Amino acid sequence: MTAALHNLLLYWAALPFGWRLTLRSLGGIIAIMVPLIVSVGFMTLIERKVLSYMQLRLGPNRVGMHGTFQWVADVLKLVCKEVILPTNANRFLFLTAPIISIATAFAAWAVIPFSNGVILSDANAGLLYILALSSFGVYGVILAGWASNSKYAFLGAMRSAAQMVSYEIAMGFALVGVLLASHSLNLNQIVLGQSGNIGHWYLWPLLPLFMIYLISGVAETNRAPFDVAEGESEIVAGFHVEYSGTAFAAFFLAEYANMILISALAATLFCGGWLSPLQGWSWLAGTSLGFLTRTSFIWFALKTSFFLYCFLWFRATFPRYRYDQIMRLGWKVFIPITILWLVLEGLAVVLKISPWFA
Amino acid sequence: MNAVRSWIKSLLLVELFQGLALTGKLFFARKVTIRYPEEHTPKSPRYRGLHAQRRYANGEERCIACKLCEAVCPALAITIDSEQREDGTRRTTRYDIDLFKCIYCGFCEEACPVDAIVETSITEFHFEKRGEQIMTKEKLLSIGDKYEAQIAAERAADAPYR
Repeated sequence: MTAALHNLLLYWAALPFGWRLTLRSLGGIIAIMVPLIVSVGFMTLIERKVLSYMQLRLGPNRVGMHGTFQWVADVLKLVCKEVILPTNANRFLFLTAPIISIATAFAAWAVIPFSNGVILSDANAGLLYILALSSFGVYGVILAGWASNSKYAFLGAMRSAAQMVSYEIAMGFALVGVLLASHSLNLNQIVLGQSGNIGHWYLWPLLPLFMIYLISGVAETNRAPFDVAEGESEIVAGFHVEYSGTAFAAFFLAEYANMILISALAATLFCGGWLSPLQGWSWLAGTSLGFLTRTSFIWFALKTSFFLYCFLWFRATFPRYRYDQIMRLGWKVFIPITILWLVLEGLAVVLKISPWFA
Repeated sequence: MNAVRSWIKSLLLVELFQGLALTGKLFFARKVTIRYPEEHTPKSPRYRGLHAQRRYANGEERCIACKLCEAVCPALAITIDSEQREDGTRRTTRYDIDLFKCIYCGFCEEACPVDAIVETSITEFHFEKRGEQIMTKEKLLSIGDKYEAQIAAERAADAPYR
């Protein structure tokens, strides 16, 4: 057994450097993709559970223990269905659109740090990369609406494209705030910049920006209460009316992967990512609860889960915005507030106001 | 002043947080779902479900073919033929209820002078073939035989209010 392992290691060392790099990246991609897809599956179940609990119902409870495997049944159903191509649809674009959506949703995970240094690509321009990919996701929506050759799909695509573009500005400004505070575009550096206990997180000095980031994130992923793009009661299902089977599943997957991404980013940029909120409490470190002060992937997962829960919480609580109200909120409220706060923060950084902007 | 206050209020998202607090509280509230095949909602003893014909304790069928139920039935769902039996009593030779016509109003039960035709609280029944919806005398009597204890208990529970 050990001999075989030893041989395997020898083969590994004998491989050319390029091969090793490729194989290692591939392994990393699989290690991120598979848990992500599974968590998207569970997310659809948890969403139905949370919504139903807030409406005093039980939600899915038949497949497996308390409906645990409901999502598997849903996935099987979607995969077994036929992908219908509308008669006058642009075949190439119609099938490309879901791929663009899903690719951008997954690719952004390359620069998310899961634990100290545990990151697929420790890129120095990580934040820029994320901004670029999240803008690229709009193309999936527009192309889907255009290629479907359907009025409803086109209306939905126009709505969500306008909405995503407007909220991206506010979101970008909110991220500039983080950039100012951390002096870095590297996500790992940004997390390290928040070292110390819960009081050192960027959440507190950037509270308005954090709120705007979170709300823009909800709008960006076209989730309730900003789901006019989908708007079941008005335009059926928005840009993906004409999609069925696996193509529809791809959009579904992309939407939830984006939700998880936004939550992970909120945790990373504003809430210290994988840092423990109790870090630096030296009196606790000596006791049996000392493990709570250690940095770990679990803190990152917990913070991400909390923001994901917030997404569902918002959906269960707020009624859908009217379209002009969404636009007003984005352009006339969020953008002025972020600009104001950026000016104040810039002054604080220049004047070196401690403890946050020293 | 009022405008400023409402402006600050909306900026601090006060009402949104109130809404979130409400749903957050309801998340832990008791759920009202009834897991149907395992659990049932309570039913009144007056519930009007599947029909049955009853017998006396000595095994004699109650129905005397007076045809009051046939006359009162607003949906014309009941068909009765009668004949004199060897012992001289008047009995039905045919007693059919078409459950597709029946509107479960319970008038047949009200009209019956001998409490022969009754509506039980059974709701879980189905038909697989055409013609099965015609409840013949044999079927009605066998339902009555099977659920006599339940039927009698329900009548007894409702008796003080009649």
